[in-house]
Amino acid sequence: MWTLEIEPDGPASAAAAPGQFNMLTAFGVGEAAISLSGDPAEPGRLVHTIRAVGPVSHALAQLRPGAALGLRGPFGAGWPMAEAAGRDVVIMAGGLGLAPLRPAIYRLLAERARYGQVQVLYGARSPADILFRRELESWRRRLDVEIEVTVDHAAVSDWRGHVGVVTTLLGRAAFDPANTVALVCGPEIMMRFCAAALGDAGVKAEAIHLSMERNMKCAIGLCGHCQFGPVFICRDGPVFRYDQVAGLLRHKEL
Amino acid sequence: MDHQGPSVLTALGLQALFDSLRHRGYRIVGPKVRDGAIVYDDLDGVADLPQGWTDEQAPGRYRLARRDDAALFGYAVGPHSWKAFLHPSVQRLWTARREGDAVTVTPEPTSAERFAFIGVRACELKAIEIQDRVFVGGAHIDPHYRARREGAFIVAVNCAEAAGTCFCVSMGSGPKVEAGYDLALTEITEGEHRFVVEAGSEAGRQVLAELQAHAAMDGDLDAAEAVVQRTAASMGRQMRSDDLRELLAANLEHPRWDDVADRCLTCGNCTMVCPTCFCTSVEDSSDLTGAESSRTRRWDSCFTMDFTHVPGGSVRASARSRYRQWMTHKLSSWVDQFGTSGCVGCGRCLTWCPVGIDITEEVRAIRESPSKQGAGT
Repeated sequence: MWTLEIEPDGPASAAAAPGQFNMLTAFGVGEAAISLSGDPAEPGRLVHTIRAVGPVSHALAQLRPGAALGLRGPFGAGWPMAEAAGRDVVIMAGGLGLAPLRPAIYRLLAERARYGQVQVLYGARSPADILFRRELESWRRRLDVEIEVTVDHAAVSDWRGHVGVVTTLLGRAAFDPANTVALVCGPEIMMRFCAAALGDAGVKAEAIHLSMERNMKCAIGLCGHCQFGPVFICRDGPVFRYDQVAGLLRHKEL
Repeated sequence: MDHQGPSVLTALGLQALFDSLRHRGYRIVGPKVRDGAIVYDDLDGVADLPQGWTDEQAPGRYRLARRDDAALFGYAVGPHSWKAFLHPSVQRLWTARREGDAVTVTPEPTSAERFAFIGVRACELKAIEIQDRVFVGGAHIDPHYRARREGAFIVAVNCAEAAGTCFCVSMGSGPKVEAGYDLALTEITEGEHRFVVEAGSEAGRQVLAELQAHAAMDGDLDAAEAVVQRTAASMGRQMRSDDLRELLAANLEHPRWDDVADRCLTCGNCTMVCPTCFCTSVEDSSDLTGAESSRTRRWDSCFTMDFTHVPGGSVRASARSRYRQWMTHKLSSWVDQFGTSGCVGCGRCLTWCPVGIDITEEVRAIRESPSKQGAGT
């Protein structure tokens, strides 16, 4: 896992909104869609968190400080920050899904008075897989935000926290379901369960927002790869209101 | 010639059209016989056209056959479509040069090539209009497509033959060309071999004005109308199309997808021959030192596993899901995305499918099945 900070030297790109992504190029290797994981209030410092899983992400992770890379963006529709104002906010993240939610968390904490209760519920595979651990710990020291972390499995000797899937944290969280906006990002199966659990807790489908992942080559709706039924994830998303995609999510391999 | 109405050209006059287009700087591309099929390629003149040839098409089958006349356009469509020229299968997007830590990216210039397309059918004009919506109709424009498209001169032909796999009448896209051409020809082989010509643009009118064409008589127009009527009445296939968006969207779990998956080889032929399929992938390459690199865009197909690959694996791992994606996109979700169907009824996906999967039959099987979901008949 690598976090890459980029200082733009070309024409300044538009300030990114929380939840948007960039297309990053490792020259001679290829391009990949990477979500922005930094604070949108610092547009001169573009932060991306990358898991080195393919040739492009691997090459990006190996760049030395000062090296050049290609950047297009920002692309896509982000988290509904304006809609969240004045309401409780429940953030549910799974694994690397915390990265595209981090810009939203920065804004929530920076403008804390604009929002009601703020809950961050995070699930990781194991204690070693917890992303931004020190930051989570520092947020947890604040009195105006609830941060809960759970892991799928851990040895008793190195974990004293919650064990179980992230939805188990929902029952402990204090929020008013009728006046809540939920932001969810993680593996698709995890998001489906989160949306169902939020629905059971009384949060309306149109107040639940998911960030979808698909293969992307162009980010501008021309290459066809990221189609999800009628929508292009790159152009119409990646963040969708749950009621707009719930019908599509019911179908496997769509 | 100074009249503005339909005109009549002889075969000799058609050569004059070729000469005029070449004189104007166009690269002339049209049908010719090659490798046992009628393909689109550079043409030197009328003599290159597939005179006296026709094609016999059925699901999974294509054969050339001799006609008993000297028709120049007496066949339907082959494996090629004009997207090979407007949206080429390989397009370099940029080159980059690295010096130390600095990288300079040079975008690939757009093409200055001006094509004259000869023999564009009504379904193909519709296909070009559909690709226009994809590449130049949205917020993001493909500059390479736009450059080639804006420079093109289109000589359309009203079909005098329908193949066994044709269903343009069902899709409302033919056989008569309605719009989007510079010149439109109707070939008449009864009596004197001649072409009724209509201009559809100012550029077309200017070219036509230079040719030795005389005004069409009532007899010419009646004969041309009869050609289109005859073709319209001889479609090899039919497919009800008014409710396809809703029908397929409501039947994403229909058992017929398993049935077609048992036959589909996921070879992607249907996507390569389809005149509207537009999906691409990109690949980067570099020289051995890593100083020079480039990005190239290539046609891609939703039938490959790589198409939907994400770190967790391929989203559409089964043949069922990949065939379903192709067909529901073409006939249903395309409408949501671009406001039209993605199908023009040209029949290429039937003909060039190695196992003869017939999209009209697959739709019928879902529509008439007892397990169908949703309203409609």
